[in-house]
Order: sequence, then structure tokens, then C-alpha cells
Amino acid sequence: MGAQLRVYRQKIKSAQTTKKITRAMELISASRIQKAQARVAASTPYSNAITRAVSAVASYSNVAHVLTTEPERVDRAAIVIFSSDRGLAGAFNSQVLREAEELTELLRSQGKEVVYFLVGRKSVGYFSFRRRDYERSWIGGTDSPLFDTAKEISDAVLEAFLRDAADGGVDEIHIVYNRFVSRITQVPVVTRLLPLEVVEGEEEPDAKNEVFPLYEFEPDAETVLDGLLPVYIESRIFNAMLQSAAAKHAATQKAMKSATDNADKLIKDYTRLANEARQSEITQQIAEIVGGADALSSAK
Amino acid sequence: MAALNVSVVSADQEVWSGEASMVVARTVEGEIGILPGHEPMLAILAGGEVRVTLPGGEKITANAEDGFLSVHSNDVQVVASRASLA
Repeated sequence: MGAQLRVYRQKIKSAQTTKKITRAMELISASRIQKAQARVAASTPYSNAITRAVSAVASYSNVAHVLTTEPERVDRAAIVIFSSDRGLAGAFNSQVLREAEELTELLRSQGKEVVYFLVGRKSVGYFSFRRRDYERSWIGGTDSPLFDTAKEISDAVLEAFLRDAADGGVDEIHIVYNRFVSRITQVPVVTRLLPLEVVEGEEEPDAKNEVFPLYEFEPDAETVLDGLLPVYIESRIFNAMLQSAAAKHAATQKAMKSATDNADKLIKDYTRLANEARQSEITQQIAEIVGGADALSSAK
Repeated sequence: MAALNVSVVSADQEVWSGEASMVVARTVEGEIGILPGHEPMLAILAGGEVRVTLPGGEKITANAEDGFLSVHSNDVQVVASRASLA
């Protein structure tokens, strides 16, 4: 067997092995998308209920709260980046990191200092490779986020927000995550988490009930808001984590699908080349034999 | 008699939802019973059980931990980060 042919056969074999792996990963993430999507759907009633309650308090009472009031001066802002623990997901991590960098630039141009909270091994790797500082990080479990992790993140973020700016507290918190739009599209989203922008008057009084209902708060509006807002933040962060997990699986599926397709194409191309090499080898051998026979017969 | 539309929701799922004739929950100020036509209310729950009486008289209990209760035109929502049917 000629050297050329051997090289092609090796390449075909390696592409076939890679294809098996990428195909398996594609199928795995395809089945995980459904689970992740179901979890997003299952947590929707909770976040809807909380959003409705928060907007009810905001609309039916005149309470000013630390979490909703705009600070006069913003010196330091925090960015929470939701990435994944593993790569092989196409542009998933790079697009969320790019958004975060753009936001950083914007905040810096407004004269704000930026601190980071990182979720997922990939963003931590990005930061430590560039020797950049970050406040805190959470690693592991981004594939199927737990509510406890969301609680931990929101506790840390709230603690930083409520701390005095002089002690390293922050005045603004932004989150950057990938939102699951469909299996094909995942969009990086940037939102400001704190201070909260509560949408007021979401519920219009309906026809039969023309006055605004008078809400009763137990114990009182302030305490209710105190209890409600951290929960709201938790649910927003949990939702971001779930969205990001679903988006990660979708991105992996897409990336692995195109890797499998690419492997198929490579195998096809190399098979053609290998056939050609084999054929030319045979042709050459025949030519040599014929040439040899000719030489022998003419020598007689 | 009008019925209450009750849903018990936890962070990762809807635990229970359906019609009920009465809901009894424990708030930070004490137990409160809610019947159809109750005025709009938002209350913080103290950890403990929420008892839901179905129109047939049957009873369902759920455990809810740090959450709140909202009542708005016969819609009752028990929202807690952790909730489960007892």
C-alpha cells in the first residue's frame, strides 16, 4: 500500500471516530434540551406570581425601598455573568462574554468601576487566563441549576448591593445571560437587576370593578416589600440560570450537529481521494509490469 | 357561591392548583382564613402548613417555607421557594 493511501485511510478513520463522539453528544444534548425547557416552563408560574405581587405592592402603596430607589451617584457596578461549565457549544460562551465586555466598556465610560460575579467554569477560565479580578464565582451545576445556587448568588449580590460603597459595595447590578429563544436561536441578554425598575399599574381596573382594589398588607406594606424583593431577585436569577442551561444544551446540539455534518463531508472527500490514490497506484503498477514485460521481450 | 382559584407554587414547579372554598394559612401575624370575596391582600407567610378546603369538603395540606400569600379577586396564590403537599 502506498504512503499516500495510508495517510488518507488514517484521516478517514479519525474523522469517523470523531463523528461518533459528536453524534452522541448531539443526541445527548437534544434530549437534555427538553428537560431544561420543561424546567423553565415549570418555574414560570412562580416568577409570574412574584412579578404580579411586586407590581401590586408598587402600584397600590407608596413605599420607597432601598432596592427600588436610584442612587444619586453610581461609583461601582457589578456584572453577573452566566456562562457554562463546559465548552463545545459554539458561540455560547463567547457571545455572553462579549456582551459583558461591551457592558464593561459602557459602564467604564460612565466613570463606574466594574466588579464581576461569575457563574460557570468557562467565564472563570476566561478571567483567570487574563489575570483579571473577580468578586466571587460559582462553578459546577450549570447544566441543571439548583434553586439553592440561585439563592446563594442572590444573597451574595444583595449583600454587595446593600454594603456601603466605601466598603466595596456596589450601586448597580447587571446580569448577562443567554436566553433560550428556540432550538436554533439563543440570544445574549443584558438586564439591570438592581435597582429594580418596577412596572407600575400593570393591572387596570376591569369594567365590573371600576375602582382600584385597596390592598391589605400583612404586617404592613414595607415589611411585605422587604420580604418580597429579595425573593423577586432570587427568582430572576434562577430564571436566568435555567434559561442559560436550556440555551447551552441547544447551542451544544447545534454545534455538534454541524461538527457531525462536517465529519461526514470530510469522510466523503477523503474517501474520494483515497480511491483516486488507490487507482493511480494500480495504474502505475500495471504500467510498470507492462514496461517490464516489454523490456524483457525486447531483450531476447 | 363563588369559589376561590387557588394555586400553590414553589420555585421549580406548580405544586397544586384548583378550586377551593376556603384557604387557611399562617402568616407572620397569625393564622388567616380566606373565603371567596376576600379583599385583596398580600401577606408574608410564616413557615408552616397551608390548608385548602375543596368545594366538596375534602382537605389538602401543603407545607410552604418562606413565601407569601396573595389574594386578588378570588385568586389566591401561595408562593414559596419551597413548597410541597403534605
